[in-house]
Amino acid sequence: MGKQSALQRVEEIIEGYGCRRENLIAMMQDIQNEYKYLSTEALELIADKLNIGVAKVYSVATFYENFSLEAKGRYIVKVCCGTACHVRKSQPIYDGLREYLDLHGKQKTSSDGLFTLETVACLGACGLSPVMTVNDEVYPKMTPESAIDLLKTLRAKEETSHAEA
Amino acid sequence: MPKRKLTRARLDAMRVEAKTLLAANRREVLVCAGTGCIAGGSLHIYDEVKRLCEERGLKTHVALKSENSGSGDLHFKKTGCHGFCEMGPLLQIEPEGILYTHVKPSDAEEIVERTILKGEVIERLLYTLDGVSYPKDSEIPFYKLQKRLVLENCGYTDAEDLDEYIARDGYVAFEKALFEMTDESICKEILDSGLRGRGGAGFPMGRKWDSVRRQPKGKKYVVCNGDEGDPGAFMDRSIMEGNPHSIIEGMLIAGLAAGSDEGYIYVRAEYPLAVDRLRTAIAKAEQLGLLGERIMGTDYSFHLHINRGAGAFVCGEGSALTASIEGKRGMPRVKPPRTVEHGLWGQPTILNNVETYANVPLILRKGAAWFRSIGTEKSSGTKAFALTGNVVNTGLIEVPMGTTLREIIFDIGGGIKNGKKFKAVQIGGPAGGCLTEEHLDMPLDFDSLKSVGAIIGSGGLVVMDEDTCMVETARFFMSFTQNESCGKCVPCREGTKRMLEILTRIVNNEGTLADLDLLESLSATISEAALCGLGQAACNPVISTLKYFRDEYLAHVVDKHCPRCNGRKVKLVIDPELCRGCGKCRKNCPMEAITGEIRKPHVIDTDKCIKCGACWSNCPFGAIREE
Repeated sequence: MGKQSALQRVEEIIEGYGCRRENLIAMMQDIQNEYKYLSTEALELIADKLNIGVAKVYSVATFYENFSLEAKGRYIVKVCCGTACHVRKSQPIYDGLREYLDLHGKQKTSSDGLFTLETVACLGACGLSPVMTVNDEVYPKMTPESAIDLLKTLRAKEETSHAEA
Repeated sequence: MPKRKLTRARLDAMRVEAKTLLAANRREVLVCAGTGCIAGGSLHIYDEVKRLCEERGLKTHVALKSENSGSGDLHFKKTGCHGFCEMGPLLQIEPEGILYTHVKPSDAEEIVERTILKGEVIERLLYTLDGVSYPKDSEIPFYKLQKRLVLENCGYTDAEDLDEYIARDGYVAFEKALFEMTDESICKEILDSGLRGRGGAGFPMGRKWDSVRRQPKGKKYVVCNGDEGDPGAFMDRSIMEGNPHSIIEGMLIAGLAAGSDEGYIYVRAEYPLAVDRLRTAIAKAEQLGLLGERIMGTDYSFHLHINRGAGAFVCGEGSALTASIEGKRGMPRVKPPRTVEHGLWGQPTILNNVETYANVPLILRKGAAWFRSIGTEKSSGTKAFALTGNVVNTGLIEVPMGTTLREIIFDIGGGIKNGKKFKAVQIGGPAGGCLTEEHLDMPLDFDSLKSVGAIIGSGGLVVMDEDTCMVETARFFMSFTQNESCGKCVPCREGTKRMLEILTRIVNNEGTLADLDLLESLSATISEAALCGLGQAACNPVISTLKYFRDEYLAHVVDKHCPRCNGRKVKLVIDPELCRGCGKCRKNCPMEAITGEIRKPHVIDTDKCIKCGACWSNCPFGAIREE
């Protein structure tokens, strides 16, 4: 898929919202749904279409936690760090996964580009704490071991499908 | 087929028909489809039980009003959150009221064969407590002691079935408001009921609505705050998922009272299911003619939109929320002017949270006096709480205002997990405070909580047992607030950062006594000077833990050792210069992690060490230190 056609979809989304300024957040959500992140080109196109400054668009995109300006991994892993999960020990899960994925400093995506590890503020599934999600599917009552096992399974699945392809 | 215009008579006729169907439609299989149970696999169970029933020739249907439904049919429902999340996935059989807990897809066959076909109860799937098993949900202590009004339909009805909502007296209140009441009398009824905002501060709703009503005629908005961001709170999510029409009805009534024709529901991005259910509910209400232009032939028009949040806790604050709906950075502004005068797009706006709107239809239907008869004098009605943390029965509960913590945690919640001792409960999320043993018998209502420096907030109750370190808990909340600070005002942006630094230092046993004073004075400044509620309340957890658990701070600061968090992040080492090799530490180590010959320096094997501190407190030479 060429760059041109990629931006065409962005344009469709913006026009779908009638290029209205108040729908800025909604259109960025849709664009991110499609591409998993907001590229510089997409932000510039939005600014152009809405007739507002790129800085304005950028300021909104960086304000909200859900928007990412960087490409993410195929699997987005989120460990809940809400209070209920915290008191039922979610931090060791996050630490364990960081270690397993060999992430350092501000790095969030594993070097093979497969996993992006994030935390999420309360998913509201506190009854099942500690919880984590992989591409928005909720996994209840996790431990560091079961979390790593889950990622191992996903990685193995990717490798087999890769080998088959 | 052209759409038939909805009239009052037609809606009433629909209700009569739906009620008859509901009464005739006796056998029901209810599967909880709240976020919690879905994560536990409840939808697979639903599919499996339904498939097996159909295989055995049983007639099934999934909506109240479906073609050729007979009285012997099984009505399958995906319900909203049943509340007993700890025991999920849940499956209930009506009319017997049998509640099965921890159901697995492999149990489906037995449920169909024994319970659905033969009417037998499967003992092993029942909830048991102290050796007694409870076949009916209404008898389980968890449910028996609750008073579910707002949550009444959650867990029993199909959230996506408008007919069922109508059959259960849905939109009766709206009809009454539309045809029999004036804007003024609606506001008066709400004021008389004593309903106070369920989102935190507890402002009297009637007054808020009336202020918007009194604003000059023109564009006004009705906004619903579904940005339930407090960690450990999921009441509003459950209402949005389980009873979306009650919110729509409440907002329709608010629009009528205020003279508004447009509303917005702002929902957290983390609640995709709630967004779906609300979208479906709005579409169905529009299709029927309950939303749109000239509703039921009157002059009243009302349109409703959904906005998804994008992950900013501060958007739960009124002015930040409206900014976010306008497509801007969700930052609060200086008040006054208040939202009732200058809200969304600068217009007068009624802004309430989900639970508040869900209470409105009940009040109009059953009367202000009825509502006032529940709860306490100054806090009428009920309150939904999300009960989580180290408690046996986590879940969603609803109790009359004024219920004590002891009743909630021990009678409904079943006490502390693993037989541990109760230590504290965090109420009101990161903006709230903690309540301790001395508050167990205090009635929970807006005013008594305020008197001890806590707030009801949105209603999250996170229970902590004796093993929880309160300093670490305070640090956790501060890191949450610090992360969510929008950065607009200095006291919050800088203040929370410094607070977090100091707290982290203390947790790591590097703090000093002066740090405690610093925390107190910084807290006072931030609370006074911050722009919005998020900043003003950011230090509440620190203030209340310093007040009630000062000894735990001292353990970190003076003793440099906290028996609860075991100085989790540090490593214990023996200074070979100071160690005389007496062997005392070796004998005291429960893990046999210390080795060494007598009169020679000993060493700790950090892989085996659990950092319990037994060596440290027994060393006569002070040779053990933390790294």
